[in-house]
Amino acid sequence: MQSKFAMSVPQGRGSWLSRLWRAFAGTGEVNPADRIFLWVTGLFAGTAILVLGAMTLQVFRASLPSIRQFGWRFLIGKDWDPVLDAFGALPYIYGTVVSSLLALALAVPIALGIAIYLAELAPTWLRRPLGFTVELLAAIPSVIYGLWGIFVLAPWLRDSVQPFLAARLGFLPFFQGTPRGLGLMAGVLILAIMILPTIASVSRDVLEAVPSTLREGALALGSTRWEMVRKAVLPSASSGILGAVILGLGRALGETMAVTMVIGNRAEISFSLFDPSYTLASVIANEYAEASSDLYLSALTELGLILFGVTVLLNIIARLLIWRVGRVPSGAGRS
Amino acid sequence: MIDSFARRKLWDILARWACLGMVILALVPLVSVLFDLTVKGLGGFSWDFFTQLPKPVNETGGGMANAFAGSAVLVGLGCAFGIPVGVLGGVYLAEFGQNRFGKFVRFSADVMSGVPSITVGIFVYTLVVLTMHRFSALAGGIALAILMLPTVMRTTEELLRLVPDSLREAGLALGVPKWRVILGVVLRTGAPGIATGIMLAVARAAGETAPLLFTAFGSRFLSLKLDQPMGSLPVQIYTYAVSPYDDWHRQAWAAALALVLLVLILNILARVMTRQPGQGR
Repeated sequence: MQSKFAMSVPQGRGSWLSRLWRAFAGTGEVNPADRIFLWVTGLFAGTAILVLGAMTLQVFRASLPSIRQFGWRFLIGKDWDPVLDAFGALPYIYGTVVSSLLALALAVPIALGIAIYLAELAPTWLRRPLGFTVELLAAIPSVIYGLWGIFVLAPWLRDSVQPFLAARLGFLPFFQGTPRGLGLMAGVLILAIMILPTIASVSRDVLEAVPSTLREGALALGSTRWEMVRKAVLPSASSGILGAVILGLGRALGETMAVTMVIGNRAEISFSLFDPSYTLASVIANEYAEASSDLYLSALTELGLILFGVTVLLNIIARLLIWRVGRVPSGAGRS
Repeated sequence: MIDSFARRKLWDILARWACLGMVILALVPLVSVLFDLTVKGLGGFSWDFFTQLPKPVNETGGGMANAFAGSAVLVGLGCAFGIPVGVLGGVYLAEFGQNRFGKFVRFSADVMSGVPSITVGIFVYTLVVLTMHRFSALAGGIALAILMLPTVMRTTEELLRLVPDSLREAGLALGVPKWRVILGVVLRTGAPGIATGIMLAVARAAGETAPLLFTAFGSRFLSLKLDQPMGSLPVQIYTYAVSPYDDWHRQAWAAALALVLLVLILNILARVMTRQPGQGR
């Protein structure tokens, strides 16, 4: 079946698909067993494309009823009422974007400091164990951060941090309202902790990919270690670091469990960090299994589609930026 | 001149300490999480906790045997689907993948690894749960397999690339067919490293909650039927943590400690195994 198809492809010219097929099948294995081996492993490799394609198609198809019903209004609607079949995603989009951006603002400087320390400043014997320890932060499952957030972080915020902030900075709209503990602030902190290792380890890999001749040149000109980092290494690593940051943003947007457990889960748009908020991933986690009507399920799926589209786009941009700096181990972002 | 030099030197020292400070700052939550887990979780460890089923609400005691068994089955299913596909796909990428198709596969796998796990849950829900008309362990296993696939595939590729070409050439020169060289020599040489990658993927899958919420769903009974809902450790931690019962909170901490121990052991083992010669970072 496959070989017939391969034969039927005209040589020399042809569509994008046929060229892809020849690239796949035509590597010139003579031994029939080798050809079969090539095809079998190729099919397994193709699963990655297949799954990603099927995911795109399936999630899009399942959100079609909601897309047809609401159109663009879905993105700006504020009401979410399954009983009245009214669905608007704005509070969730707002909560997701705000919590992720704030977490990014918190995590990026710290992660950069870690990356610079691990790649440029730390004594060699310390680099491996320290790098491993930072990566352990990424190994701890999301649900455990959530548990810790509920029972350790949130009470601490409620009893110490938030009253202090309210007393000193209470005139700002960001620090008003009842200190509840569970709310946007807890969500931001947890997110920042969780994306920190991603940004740090990818940035470290990017820094390590910078050619050492740049460092030697800077040092030979008499610069200090720090001047070498700031003026020679960082500029040539900047696009890769931007990629790492975008990768971190993608993770923050899609992070589900820990955020769901601590962010308070109330769909309101508020400027205060003390108030509860809600994210796209959280509302899906909370309501998907219980969605009663088809339109309800479809609306929730459309939230997932938004999330999927945005994170895939961010990932593509991030990969391209990181690849520009040099070959960086691909598993790095995953850890 | 001297002043400017002193200032530069000062900046250098300040920046070094600032960077070290960032590292220490990042370790605070790690230490705090591990400390709280140990303090609050250790008390919940008991024979009953590992061997008994959950008691009805309002009764204290009982355990999480269903969740431990469920997690084992779900992760096992994930491995059964994910590992063969991932490893063989990785073999293709390393051995034959220097072409457009290979590039496209690599790109898809990288993008897949960034997809939020909750959308994987949605995908499996629309594909499997809606077709079977019920939540099932099978759906949960498929979701975990999808999450493991890109990691396993890309790790396998990276490690097979480290295998020196002279080994391949030696095999081929002896007249061994290419597929046997790849399976018997190349794959075997890369095996310890691939095992490491698989362990990291398993550690990740064992802690995944979001994709299981509406695929395997959860169950308070010990069930090994693959077409029925099945409990799992992370989902049960979540349910117990957001519940209003103190006894459930206590059990959630104990289960969390067990889960973290498992994940940490897998991670440390993987790290120790990569110390083997030839595969250092």
